[in-house]
Amino acid sequence: MRFAARVEVRLRPGIADPEGVTIERALPALGFDDVCEVRAGRCFRFEVDAADGAMARRRAEDLAHRLLTNPVIERSEVELIALAPVGEH
Amino acid sequence: MSVRVGVVVFPGTNCEHDTLAALERAGATATLVWHSEERLEGLDAVVLPGGFAHGDYLRPGALARFSPVMGVVARFAAAGGPVLGICNGFQVLTEAGLLPGALVKNRGLRFLCAPARLRVTSARSVLTCDVEEGTELEIPVNHFSGSYVCDARTLAELRDAERVVLRYVENPNGSIDDIAGVTNAQGNVVGLMPHPERASHALLGSTDGMPLLRALVRAAAGVHAA
Amino acid sequence: MSVPASVEEPQPEALTRTEPQPQPQALTRPEPQPQALTRPQAQPQSQGLQHDPQLLHRSLGLTDEELGRIVRILGRHPNELELALYGVMWSEHCSYKSSRLHLRRLPTTGDRVLVGPGENAAVIDAGDGIAVAIRIESHNHPSAIEPHQGAATGVGGILRDIFAMGARPLAVMDPLFFGPLDDARQRWLVEGVVSGVSSYGNSVGVPTVGGELTFDPCYGGNPLVNVLCIGALPVERLVLGRASGTGNLAVLLGATTGRDGIGGVSVLASAGFGGGGEGGGGEGGGHDAKRPNVQVGDPFEEKRLIEACLALLDAGLVVGIQDLGGAGLACATSEIAARGGVGMDIDVSAVPRREPGMAAWEVMTSESQERMLAIVTPETWPAVEELCRRWEVRASVIGTVTDDAPHDVLEAATQGSGPFKISGRLRIREGDVVVGDVPASSLADDAPMYDRPIRAPAGLVKHRADDPTASEGRGDCAADLLAMLRDPSWIYRQYDHQLFLNTVVGPGGDAALLRLAGPGVPPSERGVAVTTDSAPRWCAIDPRMGVALVLAEAIANLACVGAVPAAVVDCLNFGNPEHPEVMWQLSETVDGLADACRALELPVIGGNVSLYNESTGEDILPTPVLGVVGLVERLRHRPPPVALPEGSSVVLLGSRRAAGDRPYPLGGSRWAVECRGRRHGVLPTLDYEAHLRLTGFVGSLVAGTVAGGETAVERDRPLDRLLDGVHDVSGGGLAVALAEMALAGGVGCHVAGVQGHKELFTELPSRILLTTTRSDELCSRAAASGVPAEVIGVAGGDRFFVDELVDISIVELARAWEGSLATRMTTRLERA
Repeated sequence: MRFAARVEVRLRPGIADPEGVTIERALPALGFDDVCEVRAGRCFRFEVDAADGAMARRRAEDLAHRLLTNPVIERSEVELIALAPVGEH
Repeated sequence: MSVRVGVVVFPGTNCEHDTLAALERAGATATLVWHSEERLEGLDAVVLPGGFAHGDYLRPGALARFSPVMGVVARFAAAGGPVLGICNGFQVLTEAGLLPGALVKNRGLRFLCAPARLRVTSARSVLTCDVEEGTELEIPVNHFSGSYVCDARTLAELRDAERVVLRYVENPNGSIDDIAGVTNAQGNVVGLMPHPERASHALLGSTDGMPLLRALVRAAAGVHAA
Repeated sequence: MSVPASVEEPQPEALTRTEPQPQPQALTRPEPQPQALTRPQAQPQSQGLQHDPQLLHRSLGLTDEELGRIVRILGRHPNELELALYGVMWSEHCSYKSSRLHLRRLPTTGDRVLVGPGENAAVIDAGDGIAVAIRIESHNHPSAIEPHQGAATGVGGILRDIFAMGARPLAVMDPLFFGPLDDARQRWLVEGVVSGVSSYGNSVGVPTVGGELTFDPCYGGNPLVNVLCIGALPVERLVLGRASGTGNLAVLLGATTGRDGIGGVSVLASAGFGGGGEGGGGEGGGHDAKRPNVQVGDPFEEKRLIEACLALLDAGLVVGIQDLGGAGLACATSEIAARGGVGMDIDVSAVPRREPGMAAWEVMTSESQERMLAIVTPETWPAVEELCRRWEVRASVIGTVTDDAPHDVLEAATQGSGPFKISGRLRIREGDVVVGDVPASSLADDAPMYDRPIRAPAGLVKHRADDPTASEGRGDCAADLLAMLRDPSWIYRQYDHQLFLNTVVGPGGDAALLRLAGPGVPPSERGVAVTTDSAPRWCAIDPRMGVALVLAEAIANLACVGAVPAAVVDCLNFGNPEHPEVMWQLSETVDGLADACRALELPVIGGNVSLYNESTGEDILPTPVLGVVGLVERLRHRPPPVALPEGSSVVLLGSRRAAGDRPYPLGGSRWAVECRGRRHGVLPTLDYEAHLRLTGFVGSLVAGTVAGGETAVERDRPLDRLLDGVHDVSGGGLAVALAEMALAGGVGCHVAGVQGHKELFTELPSRILLTTTRSDELCSRAAASGVPAEVIGVAGGDRFFVDELVDISIVELARAWEGSLATRMTTRLERA
């Protein structure tokens, strides 16, 4: 099976997020005074071939941990969606 | 025979020639080392220069740390060899786990190329061993992600062991505790965001980087002799 | 022939209607959005090729007459692919069809010129086996659509022109023109353009060492983003964009080819698509359909491409090389073949793509960035491949050099009416199927040339009579001065301006002064200086005199760092060439520049023309930007700074007053335009002889300082410490020049004898301020050189004092200086 993975990488709590803060500071002027707790991050998408969902998740988490995230400052969340069998999507 | 310093070049590195020239002014024989090298034979010190290794894509230094040369750099460092990371090189060293902490985007969210006043706050490193603590130096910074961060415990460790070797007199980027450069526990691996090679010639307006580079070369000479 | 080769300059009037961007827009786009790449296809087919076949040429920007010309060249009707090739290559952007006639009047030759106009970049001989390559370009319209990527790809494009000559790009300068900053959209543009130059230039590893910043309402809907690049090379590595050697391989290097920027040059850079720029035709959706796919720059790809190409050239593996810019492969293949007088056989199916389903014409006209076309011999191909692999640069053989003259088409051409140049044929195949076959030079060289109507603007006489010199009162000189101060460091601190350890004087100085050194460049003690200058407010009043004054200022800037001017490049930014007044401005500018260059003995060795800079039917002010490169024989010490050292005398060199009844002319001055809103009047005139005496005198004094002594003992200290500060008097006059010197060191001055606000603010040319502790010696040496010199005051203290005119503290001066740009840009989010 081929699975689509989405990895969201965000700064750890306590690490300054000037991007998020700057965006949030601009919001009232745009009429979004009801929005708060803005955090900037990034998102990666990829596909992974695996026997099952659990295996796919392990691989995706491993990749997220080893490369996509710097654990000193960031943490990640992995989300998985099953696609069609390989070759048919 | 003079001291031999290797300057590592990743695809996207751009300060290699500048660093090489400044090291030669400091008395070393410097050579470029391509990132795919798996041996560092005959080198007495290694410098990871500034630039944008792998375009700084993903995170600065995140891809470079997987280059073959980094395995040997780690072994060289473990054996006590002097290793210096300048700017992007510092970022690579933190990503590779050879130095603690990380470098994140500047507080101002913009690239910053400007002279910075630094204070030498510890002489316990191969980069600062010849410079008196408290000395002020003017050396340019040139980075987008130069704000040093680490957790409270790491910071306490760094302070207690006098491993913060350089601090900004006026913090330009939001670095925690005004940190501009740190070293490892043994003092042989050092990373700093300012560019000492850019303060290596009177024509450039400052020669304040030279005492640091000369110290590195002298420390490497010790390795060379041993 | 003074026509530069390829250019990046998509598009005119699409933009003219984008203008009223709602403010929040600025905020919602802090990041460049490569949406062009993911957006559901901007219907490439429908952009031209699904139109009525009879009218296809029109939708590609070709007129009926131009189609007739193509039919005569080919001896048959062109197919769609061929029409697309002519559409892009005969666009204003690529062919200079409106300006070529005029550009011919510029002097282009000189002793130092190794390569003049017509190649990827111009090259001069700097001595000691070192050559300097230089080029200037505009990236105005792409930057108006997407400022970050527009500016970034502008930098990328010009670097490729430089290393295509075998030169290592050493420095970039960026003259920028925007509308006033109180408009949120302008702040968005400034932020985007500066971050684009910064992210691309810094990452690719070429320092940005200077530029210019001009605000005027005329740029509100159409900002100008010009970029100049210089590079250095060992003379023997000089390579030209010429193909030769039948059977040699055409190799595409670098990035894959996608649909980026397709149609940018033709449909958008030339007028006529969908019915003119006066707001007619479709608004909104119509505008969107015209928007070309935005090109996205990849500086990391470019960095590897630079290293790979220079390594290929060093190894002698390349016969000819050419960058891919505007009009992509169509331009690169036809130009490289035409210059070499050979043919070329290209297989589009061999071009690596990043998108499926691209048609041959799309592959040929794509403006995907970071690509080069190299001609190599079959024997060296394995070595080329190997070297490219090391730098992780993709290399693909996409064709061969041929010697088949296109006999059939030639015959038709020579029988017909055109004196068409004989050249090889450019044959385009898709696998085994020939999909296009045209004479290469017909694309590159045979574009029509237009003698467009010229008419002086109607109010010319009346406007000249409306001179502010006599009719504007003095007012508050201190307030006027403060209003004109602007610290550009908010911009240049975002640029790496120090890489290569060459930057002796960087941004903020009169001219950038660099050591002429770099990897692969023969060692020497030489220096190179570069400046970019413009003054649209002058050129609007009198384009002929205005451009001459701009050139004079550039030369004064070079003198202040001790450089001898060597050559000029020009970037001519103008409005719509179909407006006869705009063609008048262009023609006058060319004549003014030609006259000034002859008088000052300087060649114009390259340039770029950007037309259709207009918004809502209003043309921009005529904006010729000049880049002047100067040489320094021996650079061992820093030149005197722009500063007022405590206790020094302040000496004004040059004539303090003009002859005639207007001793202190104010027409066209920043004071008149910015402080009083007076845009008309008469410009000062230029005395070339006096200017040469002045700049020669100052230039040689400073050159003595930077060279240091002859003997080993003297070598390490400057020989001539006569000067301790220097700055030319230009925009804002004496007031701004003195203030900038005061601000640089935080030291005030006490100046007396200035004849009222007129002398304080006049922009009379040919004046330079010096500071010295040996004023008697300086004045007598100046007199001996025929240069008027007068002590006007003394440096020191914490007040900026000009007797009877200005008395303010340095702190107040600094507040105005620093606040003008940084504060407004930094607070943009809070204010919007």
